[in-house]
Amino acid sequence: MPEVLTAPLVVEFPFTRSLGPVQSAFLTGLRERVVLGVRTADGRTLVPPVEYDPVTAEEIRDLVHVGSTGTVTTWAWNPAPRRGQPLDTPFAWVLVRLDGADTALLHALDAPGPDAVHSGMRVRVRWAAERSGAITDIACFEPYAADDGDDSQVTVHAGEFEDPVTGIVAAARLDYTYSPGRAQTAFITALTDRKLVGERCPSCRKVYVPPRGACPTCGLATSEQVEVGPRGTVTTFCIVNIKAKNLDIEVPYVYAHIALDGADLALHGRIGGIPYDQVRMGLRVEAVWADDSRYPDHYRPTDEPDADYDTYKELL
Amino acid sequence: MTREIAVVAFAQTDHRRSMTELSEVEMLMPVLHQVLDRTGLKTADIDFTCSGSSDYLAGRAFSFTLALDGVGAWPPISESHVEMDGAWALYEAWVKLRTGDADTALVYSYGKSTPGPLRDVLTRQLDPYYVAPLWPDSVSLAALQAQALIDAGETDEPALAAVGARSRGADSEGQGDYVVRPLRRGDCPPVGDGAAAVILAAGERARELCARPAWIRGIDHRIEAHALGVRDLTDSPSARLAAEKAGVFERPVDTAELHAPFSSQEVVLRKALGLDDSVRVNPSGGALAANPVMAAGLVRLGEAAARIHRGESDRALAHATSGPCLQQNLVAVLEGDPR
Repeated sequence: MPEVLTAPLVVEFPFTRSLGPVQSAFLTGLRERVVLGVRTADGRTLVPPVEYDPVTAEEIRDLVHVGSTGTVTTWAWNPAPRRGQPLDTPFAWVLVRLDGADTALLHALDAPGPDAVHSGMRVRVRWAAERSGAITDIACFEPYAADDGDDSQVTVHAGEFEDPVTGIVAAARLDYTYSPGRAQTAFITALTDRKLVGERCPSCRKVYVPPRGACPTCGLATSEQVEVGPRGTVTTFCIVNIKAKNLDIEVPYVYAHIALDGADLALHGRIGGIPYDQVRMGLRVEAVWADDSRYPDHYRPTDEPDADYDTYKELL
Repeated sequence: MTREIAVVAFAQTDHRRSMTELSEVEMLMPVLHQVLDRTGLKTADIDFTCSGSSDYLAGRAFSFTLALDGVGAWPPISESHVEMDGAWALYEAWVKLRTGDADTALVYSYGKSTPGPLRDVLTRQLDPYYVAPLWPDSVSLAALQAQALIDAGETDEPALAAVGARSRGADSEGQGDYVVRPLRRGDCPPVGDGAAAVILAAGERARELCARPAWIRGIDHRIEAHALGVRDLTDSPSARLAAEKAGVFERPVDTAELHAPFSSQEVVLRKALGLDDSVRVNPSGGALAANPVMAAGLVRLGEAAARIHRGESDRALAHATSGPCLQQNLVAVLEGDPR
């Protein structure tokens, strides 16, 4: 059994999200160091505010200005902060019911240690130095002595600000270790010897390349390895006219489905060594390897006559 | 509609710390073959197939379409997928069978949690405006719930340790350090890879395929308010309501398979579902023993059904959860024919 291959895989996505009127007012308020809540029909104040009543689903829009001080309703001590979390030194996660609110907001509490944290303790917002209209405009909460006075006056607020925030960009990054599994590991390993190796279904005898480990017709594991190619037939193709980012290939070029000799499923690859407008169905091609490449760089025409349509029509 | 539907077969992988050497379909296929073998059915005999998984776990886009290779999906079959635990795929299949459109269904789910940072991956299911930008990981959110329970006098750390120890058949000495206080290593589920599958059948077809079918007498799922700070984290009204709608409270159950990835969540569920000491809770070990994310809920349904198949239970409750702090809950009641 060959060594299991693994490779780092980073998935990053900057989601751009638009905001509803209540979310926009709340996040713009944070930028202006104002915390807004929303009133429900039964007189409760929700902080953070939402656009629809979580109980009745009624649309709610009546904003109020609540305190930036509050009370911890529950907490959890995080001894090892992870990437993206509000603080990079050990901290407490807290749900905080701000003065004037009936619900609690999730955030971080900067405290020296777990012995300094308890439910019922008084805390206040520590504002981020630079604020853009995001939940992270609250840098974190910090402990606060009750005799410093509180900030519990609740006043109606129109939720109107100059230059309101209408959307957020939420960046996200996750780091994976990719492993291709048994069948694809075997395929990739064979490529290092410049061999194209597929796998045969034990039931219908079809040869799949690249192999995915299972026959999609029979639902059975493939395991018998079969070397295919290096020559094959273009079954269908397209002409690419738009240059891809980070790809150093001049357009137009041809991308094709290629049925390698001995394979029962076409793979895809670029066609080179022939003007783009002369590529055709049935063209016979062979793999071309670049010097340091672990996979065929492209396929080029052989000197054979074109394949008969009947020989590849099942592979279209 | 009074069509009776039963779980007639269940199979699962050995849930291992890591299955790096296998792709998702390679991990799944033996389970599909096992569950089919138990009924003598071939893939072509299955009227409807439904699966549950999440591409975020292993970071592989459209991995569920590759997994379909394992069921022989070409030429096209009648098939569906939910980006949820397989318990919800079972729910969809149950609805399909109730309509009379199908007599048999294959339900499967799988998860490879080890290729990615699971605690961080799960933050991506949270409110993207107010919560996800803070990256509160799954253990931290469960710990907030655990502390709320401790503050309310519903449990304490030794009681939580006993839940973990009972689930793993170990003593509570090995509780380990705090991961996020008050949760210690032993209060948290293991991270691993695994898959599970069940077959559902309707009416007489179920009796042909299984000596003692596990009849689904009721199944329902409910959800809590979205924001954690709106909820009472010490209770689960959604689990209680789902149980009521599924008929749990009509007669006592003898067994309950609860999907409680954290020890503290078993405390919440026992209270919400009214389970007393006469009920065997998680004889399988539950999610604290093996937690293949996206499959662990379906495993609860399968384990409860398998006990009925084996004659070890006559009326069992099976529960599955999704989201942070028991956000969404599915409850089913399974029964065997009288002996």
